[in-house]
Amino acid sequence: MLNGIMVFAGKKLIRLAALLASVSIITFALVAMSPIDPVQSYIGADVMRVGAEQRQEIAAYWGLDRPFLERFMKWAAALLQGDMGTSMIYREPVTHVIAERFMHSALLMAFAWLLSGAIGFIAGVAAALRKDSWLDRLIKSYCYTLASTPSFWIGLLLMMVFAVWLGWLPVGMGVPAGVLAENVTWADRLRHMVMPVLTLSVVGIAPIALHTRQKLIDVMDSDFILFAKARGERGIGLLLRHGLRNIALPAITLQFASFGELFGGAVLAEQVFSYPGLGQATVEAGLRGDVPLLMGLVLCSTLFVFTGNALADYFYRMVDPRLRYRKEERA
Amino acid sequence: MSQLAAVQQGKTRNGWNVRKRAYVSATGAGLLLVAIGIGSWLLGSAGLSVQLDNRNLPPSLAHLFGTDWLGRDMLSRTVKGLALSIQVGMLGAACSVIIAAVMGLMAATLGKTADRIITWLIDVFLSVPHLVMLILIAFVCGGGLKGVAIGIMLTHWPSLARLIRAEALQLMSAEYVLVSRKLGRSSYWVATRHLAPHLLPQLLVGFLLLFPHAVLHEAAVTFLGLGMSPHQPAIGIILSESMRYLSTGMWWLAVFPGLGLLATVRAFDKLGHYLRQLVDPRNAHL
Amino acid sequence: MPLLEVNKLSISFVQYVNGSVQQRITVVEELDFAINEGEIVAVVGASGSGKSLLAHAIMGILPKNVETTGSISYGGELLDEKLLQRHRGREIALVPQSVSFLDPLMRVGKQLHTRADGEVQDKERESLFERFQLGKHVARMFPFQLSGGMARKVLVSTAALGRTRLIIADEPTPGMHPDDVAEALGRFKQLAEGGCAVLFITHDIEAALQIADKVAVFYAGEAIELAAAEDFQGQGERLRHPYTKALWRALPQNSFEPITGTQPARSSDVQGCLFAARCSSYAEECKAKRPDSREVRGGMVRCLHAT
Repeated sequence: MLNGIMVFAGKKLIRLAALLASVSIITFALVAMSPIDPVQSYIGADVMRVGAEQRQEIAAYWGLDRPFLERFMKWAAALLQGDMGTSMIYREPVTHVIAERFMHSALLMAFAWLLSGAIGFIAGVAAALRKDSWLDRLIKSYCYTLASTPSFWIGLLLMMVFAVWLGWLPVGMGVPAGVLAENVTWADRLRHMVMPVLTLSVVGIAPIALHTRQKLIDVMDSDFILFAKARGERGIGLLLRHGLRNIALPAITLQFASFGELFGGAVLAEQVFSYPGLGQATVEAGLRGDVPLLMGLVLCSTLFVFTGNALADYFYRMVDPRLRYRKEERA
Repeated sequence: MSQLAAVQQGKTRNGWNVRKRAYVSATGAGLLLVAIGIGSWLLGSAGLSVQLDNRNLPPSLAHLFGTDWLGRDMLSRTVKGLALSIQVGMLGAACSVIIAAVMGLMAATLGKTADRIITWLIDVFLSVPHLVMLILIAFVCGGGLKGVAIGIMLTHWPSLARLIRAEALQLMSAEYVLVSRKLGRSSYWVATRHLAPHLLPQLLVGFLLLFPHAVLHEAAVTFLGLGMSPHQPAIGIILSESMRYLSTGMWWLAVFPGLGLLATVRAFDKLGHYLRQLVDPRNAHL
Repeated sequence: MPLLEVNKLSISFVQYVNGSVQQRITVVEELDFAINEGEIVAVVGASGSGKSLLAHAIMGILPKNVETTGSISYGGELLDEKLLQRHRGREIALVPQSVSFLDPLMRVGKQLHTRADGEVQDKERESLFERFQLGKHVARMFPFQLSGGMARKVLVSTAALGRTRLIIADEPTPGMHPDDVAEALGRFKQLAEGGCAVLFITHDIEAALQIADKVAVFYAGEAIELAAAEDFQGQGERLRHPYTKALWRALPQNSFEPITGTQPARSSDVQGCLFAARCSSYAEECKAKRPDSREVRGGMVRCLHAT
């Protein structure tokens, strides 16, 4: 078993290395092809005060005057040593910026992930058990509607209701404004996280609920449920013993495989609520042309999505007996 | 038991089958499209002009969706914005479908190396979060309408390409294609004469399913500020501007444009799903 | 009084044809049928003749959109959901058709043990596993790891317990080793001797005749003949229905004559006798009306010409 995990992890690491290399090349090529002048975006509003000479100095400082391949090799070599360059906006190493903001985003996404997973699963089970009832229709139309709703709009609606209208929750930001960092309590942080988490969860419920519903309906129609009924099992016992056993694994897998959507949702939610996470940094980097930070974030989010997919894959192979034992037999 | 299972699927509530629902939702989506088109043409730019006397009006008969802080009619802005979003979405989805078709067919017909390269490209594109990829491309293209449109064209094809590739590979092993290749037909001939006609329904459904995504992503990127200039009445821009006025209680600035977007996306999403069920040969009995 | 009595049982479901037009399709029509304690009745017929549906109807596990009319009674009482809840998995047991009836994610041993089982049943099952030469490791296996024959034996051992009074075995033998078939049939016989009624659904007449007292022949959802097992001999002279005779003669050890044609998919498509299109003794009057069941020489038959 342990051996199996090592082999699995090894294979995944090789794949990850290849993937990150591919993404680096494509991203770097895209940015290099861009008509945007990084010097220009670095200077920004100071454009009137900067002369041609200074421009060249800046270009030389960032190494922008070198040919493409040389720049890429230099950047890649630095990357291999864990150096992603310096963010132009924050004037800090990219790794620092990402590490600090990742903590904020990770917390946000973790809460939303757990919440949407749990609610979605329960809603899916409820809808499937009461198939074609009003409850099922309600859950289904909720899910289909949410799938067509821009998530940032949900954020706006939540903000209108809970922050502006009811005044229960703060409008945005990760921490209260005007309070020194050391005076910020965990309760403050949590209060500021409620709405972004809700926004992300509300949208995240739909896929897991619809999937669980369909899966459970299929399972309950299957031959082995018929036979279990024929042997006197019924009601909750039947559901727990045979129903949930067969839908839990696909649901967990789906939830892990949705890291990409989660990240995308976080970008929007963080923007709406000015929450200082990775998503907001991505938007800032894109808007203000912070190339090193943007490239670092692309790689970081790729790693994040890859981790989710690898975990999904791991659960499938290691937990589902059909895959687990077939593999052992072959070995 | 298979017979029974098939019957259960065909049975839908209030006796409507999928075919009928597809017609109705096609009509609905078509009407919506026509309404937005005619509406944006009829309204002209009159509603978009600044009228400082009519600032910050809540919804009324004169201004069904209210007015903004410059006295612009929100109904006009919403309809105009939707028209723009739909245009970008159509363009993006259509280009994505073409890219997907070309990629899928190339992967299936041009041999192992081409297949590997294309599968690798698909994997890479799918492994970066969609929105991050959009931001990157929009940034690379220098933002603006062009950036958003190119971003949407370039990011929606991978999953459809994967589907087309799988279908095309299956067709490649069909008897008549094998014979055709034995007779010396070129890959291009096989792809265009034998495979493409079979894949056409898939592509149509693919387009209809991609379109809502494209519209939503266009709105998202514009909302983030990476899209068009603030003067263009895009839904994303309207919503992002409305954020500044939310705390003053001007709810109508955000609610109606968002609802409009939701209705448009939902209409096409529904249509796409019904059509997919009809195209799917496993659902022939519907 | 028979243990199980099926009275004018019809099973039908609603289907959509040509888009939105509804059509009711009857798969089992006006079935009369009874089985006594200690009796083994074989139900034979081609696939699609409604045999499995009969089994599921008795167990009360038909899909929801299926409509049934007529009645089923057990031990003189109407076998409704309430009575079924009491007896399902205890007095009434089903041996299903294939391994797909086992939960794919549950180990065999854990799966066979239900809430209704006590120590006695677990012991019994253990000895059954021994009889079938299923090792102890089989209980630790997942269904997908079972071979076809092993799966059949596992399925048989779910039901063939001492407390069972009615076994409905739906195609229990295909894929089994001949020795195991004999073993399984022997177990059924043994149970029958103890007073258990066995409804043995199969398309294999030979296997059926090894243990059955009576044979019911199904054709397109109708029981067309009920004959004693002894009637199946020679060239089938003592059989009543032309289809039964044809089935018997089609066996390799008899004349090995194939039956031409296919059975109608839906009984509602045919006005008169369902077998008319393939019948050798077909006459004009067969077309007019479906033949009623009648008694001929101690058996039941639905044919105008049977003597």
